[in-house]
Amino acid sequence: MSVIKGDFIDNLPKVYGLYTGGFLVFILLMAILEQAGVGADTIGILFVAFTVVIYAAIGWMSRTMQVDAYYVAGRQVPAVFNGMATGADWMSGASFVALAGGIYFGGHGYMAFIVGWTGGYVLVAALMAPYLRKFGCYTVPDFIGTRYGGNLARFLAVLVLVIASFTYVTAQINATGTIASRALQIPFEVGVWFGLLGILLCSMLGGMRAVTWTQVAQYIVLIIAYVVPVVWMSNKQGFGLIPQFVYGDAIMRIGELESLIGVGTQPAEAFPGLKALTVPYYEAGTDFASKWKFVTLVFCMMAGTASLPHILMRYFTTPSVKAARQSVAWSLFFIFLLYFTAPALATFTKLQLLDPSLATSIIGKSIAEVSALDWIQKWSAVKMLAISDANGDGILQITEFFMRGDIVVLATPEIAGLPYVISGLVAAGGMAAAMSTADGLLLAIANALSHDLYYKIIDPKADTKHRLIVARVLLILIGGAGAFVASLKLTSILGAVAWAFDFAMSGLFFPLVLGVWWKRANRQGAIAGMFFGLLAGTAYLYAVRWGGMEPWLYIDHLRFGIIGASVSLVAMIVVSLATAEPDEETQRMVDEVRIPRGESVLDSRH
Amino acid sequence: MTNVDQSTREAHWAKTKGLMITTLIVWFIFSYLVHWFADGLNSVTFLGFPLGFYMSAQGSLVVFVVLIFWFARRQHAIDTEHGVAEEE
Repeated sequence: MSVIKGDFIDNLPKVYGLYTGGFLVFILLMAILEQAGVGADTIGILFVAFTVVIYAAIGWMSRTMQVDAYYVAGRQVPAVFNGMATGADWMSGASFVALAGGIYFGGHGYMAFIVGWTGGYVLVAALMAPYLRKFGCYTVPDFIGTRYGGNLARFLAVLVLVIASFTYVTAQINATGTIASRALQIPFEVGVWFGLLGILLCSMLGGMRAVTWTQVAQYIVLIIAYVVPVVWMSNKQGFGLIPQFVYGDAIMRIGELESLIGVGTQPAEAFPGLKALTVPYYEAGTDFASKWKFVTLVFCMMAGTASLPHILMRYFTTPSVKAARQSVAWSLFFIFLLYFTAPALATFTKLQLLDPSLATSIIGKSIAEVSALDWIQKWSAVKMLAISDANGDGILQITEFFMRGDIVVLATPEIAGLPYVISGLVAAGGMAAAMSTADGLLLAIANALSHDLYYKIIDPKADTKHRLIVARVLLILIGGAGAFVASLKLTSILGAVAWAFDFAMSGLFFPLVLGVWWKRANRQGAIAGMFFGLLAGTAYLYAVRWGGMEPWLYIDHLRFGIIGASVSLVAMIVVSLATAEPDEETQRMVDEVRIPRGESVLDSRH
Repeated sequence: MTNVDQSTREAHWAKTKGLMITTLIVWFIFSYLVHWFADGLNSVTFLGFPLGFYMSAQGSLVVFVVLIFWFARRQHAIDTEHGVAEEE
């Protein structure tokens, strides 16, 4: 490209500026095609196919055979761009597709996810990221293995990483499959493999470098795709162009409507996978149980955030410790842009369906009239929505309207009567969100297996070429395994996502934090912390989820990390104190990690 | 081993710890405390929102973003003050 002179890194704002402009032109082009009479299906296919091809092209251009480029993008990703990449890495298919729906159905109780998934970054910034960056590791187990020493500690860290990330990645591949199958009109089982192909094209040739630059591109697509429909809808309803600040009135109005239409009554029927609205929107619980459930969920999501390897490893790519800290702040800023929009979207959708003074409302209208609506028919056909006149009065009641949470994001453009180009855009955004997270997760797993298990434990004499080939083969194998599990459709998207956080915090949170903040922590302690944390967490999950055990203190399967992490903390402290303190070399290593100046603990080609 | 004497390291780490604790106190208030009392806060209206809901949808989030930017600046100032910041 002739516009670009000099180094790629120096030209990042220009490159991604052009890219964003190009994407906006593409949206306009699609809008023009729609006006010219091109069908909705074609536009959906074009959106998904075009964006995926762009990501694959970036992946191809970023290919590398250098170890530090493959594992940590050469440590030259500027703070702001790493922030965007982390945003995409972080915001999964679940954040994009299911979050607003969760708020729609769960009201204030569900907001614990929003608070937890943002506040966790405070822990990342204050306790983890800058120190791990100074350490100079390639992977999270690399830190554990070097700080505590020994193959067993390293192996346990790899184990926790694989369990947590694999739980998460199947949900992401599942989401790419769902979106691809709908947009491209192919069966779900094929969609899953198509999604995987796109994911591998982004990550296989260039490792972390390729994933970084595709994630930045994916962030731009996903944030445009999330915010544009909300702004459009809000403007249409007279709430102005920055709806995030002014939807308070809409919330109050929903509060009034809820008592009128009887939100809170349980429906008489049930449809598998679908829900009727039964929870009041903004009312917070008054009893101990609901307050306790809120804060425990917040804590699990936060500690999980600060332990998830695919997030922590993003901060290994910045040029300096200072940049790593700033980058955490930028990450949260870019995440915030989506997370403070999601409740606005849930609110507008809810108002649109409930408020009888709006043309789009369905509650209180005749069943015949509602059943004739295009979007109702379309989503009923794929069993994501159902209507049943339980009391036989011919009028749709709130307890007679069932849908899946995902509908809030996927169908809102249609509910609000926005042009189809917006639905295509939303599909592309969901695809970007799911693909970018899956990329980060697959890479985290494959890197831990290739660097920590293969190179550090099995064959320390392996040469660079060999290591990078092993890394890629593992990436394909793990991706294939993930796609296979996803195609079995075992778990609902969000259940699995929360588990990943709980697994990560059970095994890794305290070994990571204490590795920096407690010099006395030693190998035996870390091994005990990881082993008993993971064991206790997993056993508890099994007991409450499948074993029929009554949860202690409302700590259910979404919150099992509390049990795991508590056991991990106690085991780590007790065992560390009962055994000899770490040797002098290790203590010096900790001293070095605590100051930004000087060489990293591990050199750049370890 | 970077050439920084032990007393400087200790002074730097003491301040770093202090900043960490301050940061986590603010974090604790906006992660847990305000949401524990969400029900009471909802009777207050802020910018047209019920305040308890507002804090979970925006208030805490804004605080977290600002807090991390502030933390990054403060930590850099501490590093510079003790001469352990990275060479630019």
